[in-house]
This record gives sequence, structure tokens and C-alpha cells, in this order.
Amino acid sequence: MPTPPDDRQVIAASVTLGAAVGVFAIAFGVGSVSAGASVAQTCVMSLLVFTGASQFLAVSVVSSGGSALSAFGGAVLLAARNAVYGLTMSRHLSGALPTRLVAAQITIDESTAMATAQPTPQQRRRAFWITGASVYVFWNIGTLIGALAGSAVDPEMFGLDAAFPAGFVAMVMPHLETARGRAAAATGALLCLVTVPILPIGLPILVASAGVLFGVRRP
Amino acid sequence: MTWLLVLSLAGAAYLFKVTGLVIVGGRSLPAVVERCLALVPAALISALIVKDTVSVGDELVLDARLPGVLAAVLAARLRAPLIAVIVLGAAVTAAARAAGLD
Repeated sequence: MPTPPDDRQVIAASVTLGAAVGVFAIAFGVGSVSAGASVAQTCVMSLLVFTGASQFLAVSVVSSGGSALSAFGGAVLLAARNAVYGLTMSRHLSGALPTRLVAAQITIDESTAMATAQPTPQQRRRAFWITGASVYVFWNIGTLIGALAGSAVDPEMFGLDAAFPAGFVAMVMPHLETARGRAAAATGALLCLVTVPILPIGLPILVASAGVLFGVRRP
Repeated sequence: MTWLLVLSLAGAAYLFKVTGLVIVGGRSLPAVVERCLALVPAALISALIVKDTVSVGDELVLDARLPGVLAAVLAARLRAPLIAVIVLGAAVTAAARAAGLD
């Protein structure tokens, strides 16, 4: 059976997206190993946690010397949005329970965004699975490459310590399109800057979540 | 990094995904909760940018990361793809460091 043209478009877009995610995953692998995680821990994190921003946050907090509890707290706050994606997708994914339990693991930013951009329910469902699978494969291959390479190179020489914040810059941009998003972001950044010298390592990131309250009061 | 942290994160992340997709299903959360959750990435990711650019441990430090991240901001504002933003940030930092900036 030939692939319908709409699927081809989604597949092309998912593979491009997957490749970009793969590069980001390499940065994650390198950063995670430089932060003291083993290659196995780094790969298991990508296989099982599979929500990029939370993984980056946990590694970033641990590498600065923060406690496991603050790393966990921040990562969980970021992962909470996946519940909202799940709610969105639950209207379109009505398969058997085992199918939905697998779908849950790939319910992330990319798969939800690609699915909700499609015009029909059937296309939404297919886009969700194709994008989720593509990102899962690329994310894990990239993590492995990065973790293996990270044990071999000096991250500072290649400026890889700037790869994390540079990636975060690209990730935060879509959230700055609304006045609420900008207010939350500005407050979060400022709270972090002010509290870094006075609070235990890791806590400034949790304190920054109060930025949400400043954002949500905006009209 | 400990295995306990890795596995607790895996459990928590999956719990959120399953909650939305399977447990809560077609129902929706109070609007204010959804609005707050939508703003979490903006607040937390911005804080991470600050922390990873101008701090080491609990000290504020200006070094070669700053020009790299500023270059990344510029590239992202010009809508450069994710890969380009990351590579540019790392390259500018590496160059600044090679030029003698700490």
C-alpha cells in the first residue's frame, strides 16, 4: 500500500525534527557525563524519563552541586506539563489500554505539537505516533553518542558548557510570544539571578517557578 | 547523579503522562491550573539560562559563556534552527575562551 501524501509530509517533518532533537540529545549526553553521571545512567534517563527539559534541568542542578531533592523538584515541575499534553491527546487517542500506556511515554512537546497541527482526527493520531517514535529514536541515539563522546572530550575546550544555556534559549523562545509568557520568564530569570548567591544550590530554580504567578495575573 | 534520582524521575515523568492521557482522560483541569502549567516552562527555562550562563555553584561569575549565550539569543531571535543556535553558542564560547577570556 503506497504511503498517503499527508503521511509523507508528516514523516519528512518528523525526521527533520528528530534530527534536530538528536543534536540536542548529543549535548545532553555530553553534559550529563561531564556532570558526573555514568554512561548507563545517562542512557537510562533518556530511555525512561524521556522529557528533554526535565532531564536537562536535573543534570544542570546536579552538576552545579545542588541536592538530588532540588533537582527532582525542578524536573517534576517541568514534567507536569506533559499531563496537559496527555489531556489534549486523550481526545484523539482512544485505543486499547496497552496502546495508550505506550502512547503515554511519547506524549511530549514535539508529538503533541505536530499532532494538534493536523486537520483531521486520523491525521492527528498518525502524526502523534510518527513524531513520537521519530523523536524517541533520535533522542536515545543522540544521548548514547553524546555520553560516549563526553567521556572522551574536554567539554570546556569546545564551549560545550554553553551548549546547555544556548539550547534553553531556543527552547524558551516560543514561550515568549505572549505577554504572560514574557512576564513569567522575566520574573523567573530575575528571581534566579538574585537568589543564586544567597540560597543553597538548586533552590533558585525552584524559587523561579514563582514567576508563573506573575505571568498568570497578566490579562 | 544517583540511580535513585534517575528512577524517581522516570517514575514521576511517566506518572504525569499517564495521568493526562489515561487516568483523567477526556475531562479537563480547572482553567487556572492549565494556565499556570503552561507558564512553567517560561519561568523555569529562563532561570536555567541565567544559572548556566552567569553562575558557578553559588557564585555569580562572568566568563566566556556569556558571549556564547548572547550569540545564541541573537540567532534564536532570527529564528535560526535549534541546531544552529546550540552550535553557535558553543562555538562563540570556545572562541572567546581560546582568545583568553576565562
